[in-house]
Amino acid sequence: MTSLAQVGMGTTLAGVALPSPVLTASGCSAAGRELAPYLDVAELGAVVTKSVMLRPRSGRATPRMAETPSGMLNSIGLQGPGIEAFLEHDLPWLAARAARAVVSIAGGSVEEFVQLAGRLVGAPGVALLEVNISCPNVASRGQVFACDPRAAADVIAAVKDAADVPVLAKLSPDVTDIVTIAAACVQAGADGLSMINTLLGMAIDTDTLRPILAGITGGLSGPAIRPVAVRCVWQVHAALPEVPILGMGGIMTGLDALQFLLAGASAVSVGTAVFHDPSAPARVARELRDALADRGIPGVADVVGLAHRDGRR
Amino acid sequence: MTVPSQVRARLVGSEPVGAYHLLTLDAPAVAAGAGPGQFVAVAVGGPGSAMLLRRAFALYTADPATGLVQVVVAEHRPGTAWLVHSPVGTELDLVGPLGRPFPLPAAAGTAVLVAGGYGSAPMFDLARRLRERGSAVHLVLGAATGERLFGADEAPHVADTVTVTTDDGSTGRRGLVTDGLTALVEDTAADVLYACGPMAMLRAVGEIAAAYAVPCHVAVEEAMACGIGVCMTCVLPVIGADGRSRMVRSCTEGPVFEASRVRWKDVGTLPADVVGADAMGGHR
Repeated sequence: MTSLAQVGMGTTLAGVALPSPVLTASGCSAAGRELAPYLDVAELGAVVTKSVMLRPRSGRATPRMAETPSGMLNSIGLQGPGIEAFLEHDLPWLAARAARAVVSIAGGSVEEFVQLAGRLVGAPGVALLEVNISCPNVASRGQVFACDPRAAADVIAAVKDAADVPVLAKLSPDVTDIVTIAAACVQAGADGLSMINTLLGMAIDTDTLRPILAGITGGLSGPAIRPVAVRCVWQVHAALPEVPILGMGGIMTGLDALQFLLAGASAVSVGTAVFHDPSAPARVARELRDALADRGIPGVADVVGLAHRDGRR
Repeated sequence: MTVPSQVRARLVGSEPVGAYHLLTLDAPAVAAGAGPGQFVAVAVGGPGSAMLLRRAFALYTADPATGLVQVVVAEHRPGTAWLVHSPVGTELDLVGPLGRPFPLPAAAGTAVLVAGGYGSAPMFDLARRLRERGSAVHLVLGAATGERLFGADEAPHVADTVTVTTDDGSTGRRGLVTDGLTALVEDTAADVLYACGPMAMLRAVGEIAAAYAVPCHVAVEEAMACGIGVCMTCVLPVIGADGRSRMVRSCTEGPVFEASRVRWKDVGTLPADVVGADAMGGHR
């Protein structure tokens, strides 16, 4: 047994020291402010903000959501106020609370990603950029950057040139071989990888006899996708053991988070769980600390990728 | 505005009322400072539930003195079925009070309150507060059937006049809740309207209010996933103070809106002139 106070919760993600390995997930906690009644944003590893784009964006028509078994489909369409409002209102709020921000950026072209990274240079409190090359709720649907190693690498290389903080590439699980995409992003200069984004899914209303979502298809998230996410983290860590990974996909509990660390993630994002429990990121961190203590493990750093090693307890 | 709390709330009462179920919860932090029109978001299915999304319910009562809150639940899918069949003593994970309440007029006047089905839940507390401030209250309750009315017995205790309509005529006058509304607004010289119920009803009430140039505050029922403003699911096109329309969250900016600000006919679409629609790349 390790005493709770002794468990080392600090981690390093792409060279950035974080006090906790548990972060929010992009698109699931806005820019952190709405969670303030339920947890202390400064205690989180970081707040991963909803993907910001250059211009204000309305998002799609409703319905935008469908509950599915142990999950949900969303078809929001990257609604947001745009980078200028984000810089004016959202980042300063986080910085004033000493919270670290991982800013997720999304664009329709390499040039848009570059402009976003440029606007964020020197912005207060930005620890990392997460480059969202894998949102399924865009006009091109399946043809997201993260489905093509060359397109993914082009975006990452350009952002890397423009950014003044480490860069994570957010990957889609909707590919034949995620390791190929991961390797292309790393080759292009990615300092780490975020995985996974939602899986493209769909549900049909058997009363109206039509698709439930106005956008027809949506991104599947929640515990339903957790085994897919753990598998993706495992495969990429096995192939690229030196590459830092931010793992996410259906984490509801501390033990779920532990699975991702064991598979090779250095930190995790808690996303859809927030819709179920707004205090989930803080709770998952407590549960993870308890789980490590119970197992006599000194700290987070001791379990990253541990499941890959020979022998078991 | 009251800061919402997340609490473990014990279910202290659960009883059928007509077609609905009245749940009473011990939740002092939620009861304190809650206003009519605000709502709570409840996790369903218990620990490890496969149903991830919270269910939102308007507060029927919220008593800071006893710490009790009450909500009205219509059972139709597994989530609400679980709630309705949870035994007294069950601990529920509750977040609230959420959203903006109905605004109360600065001066006493005459208010007409219109509710469809269990949309009447927030109207009783609203009626009491209006009368405490010296306003006359006229309450109109409508539903498909008598069973689907909520609070018709209580209504005479909170309002100066009560009008009841049902689509099938099983209780009260046969017809829609909006049928006699024009006459009522005219006869009572109403200077404010409040409404809660289905979207089509809210739109119709809003149109009557507009015809008489009377302010009209409506609580919308949009599907929500989180209730706290992070999921961006419950949006609808609303005209802002600057005259520009935006897709706004009904959980945080609402659920109460001035009816004339809501673009009723565009709900469920993405109008081309909404802020940021031009950035969608023609993809609606």
